[in-house]
Amino acid sequence: MSDVGTYLYAVAMERDSAATQGLTGVAGRAVQAIPHAGLVAYVSAVPLTEFGEEPLRQSLEDLDWLGETARAHHRVVAAVAAKAPIAPVRLVTIYNDEAQVRTLLERRHEAFMEVLAQIADRQEWGVKVYVPPPDDRPAQESAAGGGPGAAYLKKRQAGLHNREEAWRRAIARAELIHKTLESLAEASHLHRPQDPQLSGREDWMVLNGAYLVDEERGQEFGQVVERLRGEGVDLELTGPWAPYSFTTSVEAGAEGEQDDRR
Amino acid sequence: MTVAEPRGAALAAEGHLPSERVALVDLLDRLLAGGVVISGDLVLSIADIDLVRISLRALIMSVREGDSVAGVRRHD
Repeated sequence: MSDVGTYLYAVAMERDSAATQGLTGVAGRAVQAIPHAGLVAYVSAVPLTEFGEEPLRQSLEDLDWLGETARAHHRVVAAVAAKAPIAPVRLVTIYNDEAQVRTLLERRHEAFMEVLAQIADRQEWGVKVYVPPPDDRPAQESAAGGGPGAAYLKKRQAGLHNREEAWRRAIARAELIHKTLESLAEASHLHRPQDPQLSGREDWMVLNGAYLVDEERGQEFGQVVERLRGEGVDLELTGPWAPYSFTTSVEAGAEGEQDDRR
Repeated sequence: MTVAEPRGAALAAEGHLPSERVALVDLLDRLLAGGVVISGDLVLSIADIDLVRISLRALIMSVREGDSVAGVRRHD
């Protein structure tokens, strides 16, 4: 068995094949294009001492390794996506050899073509919506009697009530924002809100959306995001991204199932 | 392309997001939950890699355990 695997980054149409000279991917490896069956796959030869089952089991738990690998993967995807529509592949997808990649391009030809047609001339934008967590203290000190214990309970209940209310309002606002953004997009996808410890913000993240927007409407989309900000709500725009959130349908084979939120 | 949004404008001017300026957490949202998922017998040890992904999620979830804002998880 060979000690080298074929790491797959992305697939595009063969006529859009981009030059890969000087492009390095995961583990500092050169990137190559494999044109086949009307499609082109971007790959790197990677050592199985690092990308084999056992080493991966260890290294995927290592956030430094994961971060480095994710950035290298993204660098390749972003470089080829800048030139043509591409379908990025999920992180750490490794084949035994290039022949297997060619077989993939043949077998999934229809599904790739369908996805590439959907994302052509469109870009993914990310929008995260944050609201500050409410103050836990009730608005007014209760003057009512009943001893310190009862006063504490009352305050605590008022605090919880404030929190519930604030949460409901924030969710309603997030839904409205999502509807507005969705109406400008070809497709949308909701990611799981990020944990404050991962996002680095204490604010509640009430929306972590991805929107597939026509290139020519990108500016308009950004302006709408800008207008939706305010009244205690902060929106963070990221992108344009390669269409990561809109290419998972290839998994289902030829069915081309798309976003379920539309 | 220009976008009337400070952070977005700077990023959009690049045409794409350079990897060093992307927050890792935003990238992982997309790289672990998005992208083409290859199923079948072609991929080297996909089942094992999937197991690894699950344990990675466990790792991220364990970070979440310390979360005191209970509400954040409700909007799934």
